[in-house]
Formats: sequence, structure tokens, C-alpha cells
Amino acid sequence: MKQGLKNVLAWNANAHLNQVVKAMPPSGIRKFFDLVSEMEGAISLGVGEPDFVTPWHVREACIYSLESGNTHYTSNKGMPELRECICDQAKKEMKLDYDPTEEILITTGVSEAVDLAFRATLNPGDEAIVPEPCYVAYTPDIILAGGVPKTVPTGLSDEFRVQPEDIERALTEKTRAVLLSYPNNPTGAIMTRSDLEDLADVVVEHDLLVISDEVYAKLSYSGSHCSFAQLEGMKERTLILNGLSKSHAMTGWRIGYALGDPALVGAMTKVHQYTMLCAPTMAQVAALEALEKGNEEMLHMKHEYDLRRRLFVSGLNRIGLTCFEPRGAFYAFPSVQAWGLSSEEFAERLLKEQKVAVVPGDVFGASGEGFLRCSYATSREELIEALDRMETFIGGL
Amino acid sequence: MNEILEILSEDAKATPSEIAALLGRPEEDVAKEILELEESGVIRKYITLINWEKLDQSFVFAVLELKVALQRKTGYDAVAERIARFSEVESVRLISGDHDLSITVRGASMKDIAYFVAEKIAPLEGVQSTCTHFILKSYKEHGVILTDRPKPKRLVVTP
Repeated sequence: MKQGLKNVLAWNANAHLNQVVKAMPPSGIRKFFDLVSEMEGAISLGVGEPDFVTPWHVREACIYSLESGNTHYTSNKGMPELRECICDQAKKEMKLDYDPTEEILITTGVSEAVDLAFRATLNPGDEAIVPEPCYVAYTPDIILAGGVPKTVPTGLSDEFRVQPEDIERALTEKTRAVLLSYPNNPTGAIMTRSDLEDLADVVVEHDLLVISDEVYAKLSYSGSHCSFAQLEGMKERTLILNGLSKSHAMTGWRIGYALGDPALVGAMTKVHQYTMLCAPTMAQVAALEALEKGNEEMLHMKHEYDLRRRLFVSGLNRIGLTCFEPRGAFYAFPSVQAWGLSSEEFAERLLKEQKVAVVPGDVFGASGEGFLRCSYATSREELIEALDRMETFIGGL
Repeated sequence: MNEILEILSEDAKATPSEIAALLGRPEEDVAKEILELEESGVIRKYITLINWEKLDQSFVFAVLELKVALQRKTGYDAVAERIARFSEVESVRLISGDHDLSITVRGASMKDIAYFVAEKIAPLEGVQSTCTHFILKSYKEHGVILTDRPKPKRLVVTP
């Protein structure tokens, strides 16, 4: 190449980036991750995954499968036995019939299922309603799919359950879908059957698709979880997204699934086959073992979360960090508004002064401002110590 | 299972106030129920699980399998209760299979245990044979894995 041309065309990687990706802000959690990582002796209530290790029988089944040489691709949709097992359980637990051949897709974590759901259903400019505060991936996933996220705030007065009026206010001609994520990360809120019924009229009237991320469904502490798909006539217009990460302490395995109308699941499968091909075979084997034989251990872990939930939530209220009762997931979402500090200031000072890491609520959306996400997926001893330190911190404010 | 027993079986040091917080019940109720469990003999003792292998000076443990002649009136109970009275004996269990009783014995040395078996257990009326297995290493006791392994790492903050 001529020397002159080389200078003119000096490499600039930034000029080669996709504009949408370039404009996307990094997750607000990153900053706290870096701060906590550098700190010795910090107690982290910032972890969004179980502290339990995957039960041994599940790990052992995976090892045996690897020893037997099961290292090949599976069908794009996932192993037939795993699909059948999940459909059987959906029938048993939710009284919903899904055909294992065309109404289910096994994905690489629920994260992939969320991404696929938006990519398979949104056209450029289509709007999807996202109640906040919520898990950090929905809005970026909608943007990456070419859609437009319309966030809807939820608040303490409704215990962070999305209200039909608020959805209605956000509706436009371009609205195509509503995302529901209950039990909710970061608030621990749930929606009961009657709460969901209040939304059904709006959904039908405006012909919306409901994308329901139910990854915390098994961690419901007052009665069993109700899916929007279980409401009369709502199954067809609901995509259920779920997985084993939280229920069976299997975050690192990356196994999720989507259940829904064959046209929707078929469209997601098309994207999945060109981008992922199939979820990892060894993880699918482990997931099957967990679903078939892991119920008792799943219930044991849930029971332990429930004990910690009572311990921690009553402790927060005792020390003055007022907190509504979270009935699902493993998060408490106390208010810090009484101290006149922003969530971020509070969290940062708490970390620096007392070495307790929590995640500021505004990371999960503007309506999370004034709150903290505290994960109780950590040992009882650590929770008790964290409460002590938080009490000391508040005493000094 | 009784929720209080479940908690105490994992942590004998759990106080009534801690248990009350975990269960969302009044502390007085929990304290009263624990007292009842103690008085009725359901709770027999609060013990500490010790990993003796961490200490330089430790004990020797052995599992003994005994064949016992069945007594007409008392079955295995008379012999078993008699064996249970020795302070060297930590547990006595009636078992199915080739042997009748399985007992664990603690001593200061192998020789110590060997003499104890020869002098106190083997000669007992009704004991037909003994088979002594010295414990070389304990991997798990009372549901707790004793071998040290590094704790799997979690990221400190995740969404």
C-alpha cells in the first residue's frame, strides 16, 4: 500500500461501531462492581444470583453425561426430553397445555429468550411497554431489536405492581407489547391473579402481546405464582419466559425457555437457529436432571430464602430502612427517602463508610430512585452483620 | 418437620430471638416451644461438631460390628443398653444385615480401643463376635463435609 493512503486511512475502530450500540450507556451496576471488587471485607448484598451451588446430583448427572460422550448439538429447539418435561410441568403446575414439538424453545438462559422475544415480534419503531423498576436488560434489548421502549413507573403506593391506568397512559398506535416481570427484580413485588386480571382488559382492547419474564416464579412466598397466561383467554397472547437459574441455583449453566403460540415460538426459533444454534448440550442434560429430580432441593432453597426474607425485612424495618413486604424473588427494596440522599449517594457512602454493598434503585429505572436493592441471597450471618453495619451507618447520618 | 427443630439441627447456637426473626413469630412463643421440646426429651442435647483432624492431639475412633445372641425376653435391648453405658461408646445402633449392632467407640489410641474391646465388649454375655474397623479419615459428619475446599466464587455485584 502506498504510504500516503495509509496515513489518510488511519484505523479508527470507533468509526466502525454500530451507532445504536455506541449510544447505549453501560449498565449502572458496573460502577458498584468496580468499587466493591477493590474493597476488603465488604459484605455484598448486591448479588443477583443464588448463593447456593447447583445441587450435587445435577452436577453429577452432567459429569456422567460428559463421560458418556454426549457432546454433540441438540435439536435447535432443545432436547426433546427436556421440552417434554417442561411442558408436563407447565400442565401440572399452571394447567396450561403446550405442545413440546412447536410451542417451546430451550434458550441459552432467559436472557436469550428475552432478546429473541423482542427481535421476533417488534418491527422498527414498534413500541413495547416496560414497567420500571426492572431488570436492566429489557430496555436495551428492545432498542437492539429496533423497537422503542416505553417505560412505565411503578411505585411504593401500589407495592410496585404495574397499574392498568399507567399502561393505558403509555399506549400509542405503535404499542405492540407489554413486558411483565413478576416476581420482580429489583423490588421483590409480585402480581396476584386479581392484579393481573385488572390488566387483561387493556391488553385485549389494544391487542397487545404480553412478554412475561417469570424466572423468579418458583420463589413466590405467599401462595403459588400466577402467570398472565393462566388467565382465561390470555394463553395465546402471552409468551412465558422462564429458566432454571434462580429456582435451581443454575445461573452459570445458562438454561432458559420460552412457552407460547407456535407462530411466536417458531419465529424465535428461527433467530435462535441462526445465532445460537442450540443451548449447550451439557447444560440441557443438567436442567433435565434438575427438573425431574431436583424438586426437594429447590423447595429447601426456597425455604431458606423465606427464612432470610423474614429475618432481613424485619431487620430493615427495625433499623428504620422502611420496606414493604417483598413476596417474591430474593430482594428487599427499602426506601432511603427519609435521609434526603439520593439512592446512589446513600449506596456509595454506605459502601465506603460501613463496607456494605447494595445497588441503588435508580439503576433499575427512574422510579427506583429513593430505594436500594438488597439481595438476601447471602448467608444469615452476613445478613445479620450487614444489618448491624447499616444501623451504625444510619446512626451517623 | 418442626421449623424450630430444623433451624436448631443446623445451628444449636441459634437463640430464640434469632429463630423468631427467621420464622416471623413472637420470641416468647419460640422460647416456650423450645422449653417444651427440651422437657419432653425431643431435644436431648446441644452439641458441637468438631473436626478432630485439625488438632495435633486427637482421638482414635472405631466402628464395631457385633453379632449378638437374641434373648428370649429382652431381644437385643439388654445387650445394647449394657454396651451403651460405657463412656467410651459414642453410639449404639441395631442394624440389619450380617451383623446386629453397630457401635462407635472413642479412645486415646488404637491400643486403647483394642484393649477396651477385648476386655469389655467381647467377653459380654450374648456378644458372639466383634469386628473392629478403625476410622482412618472422616470426610463428612452430621451432614457437614469436613474436607477443606475453596469456596466457589460469585461476582460481587450482578444485575
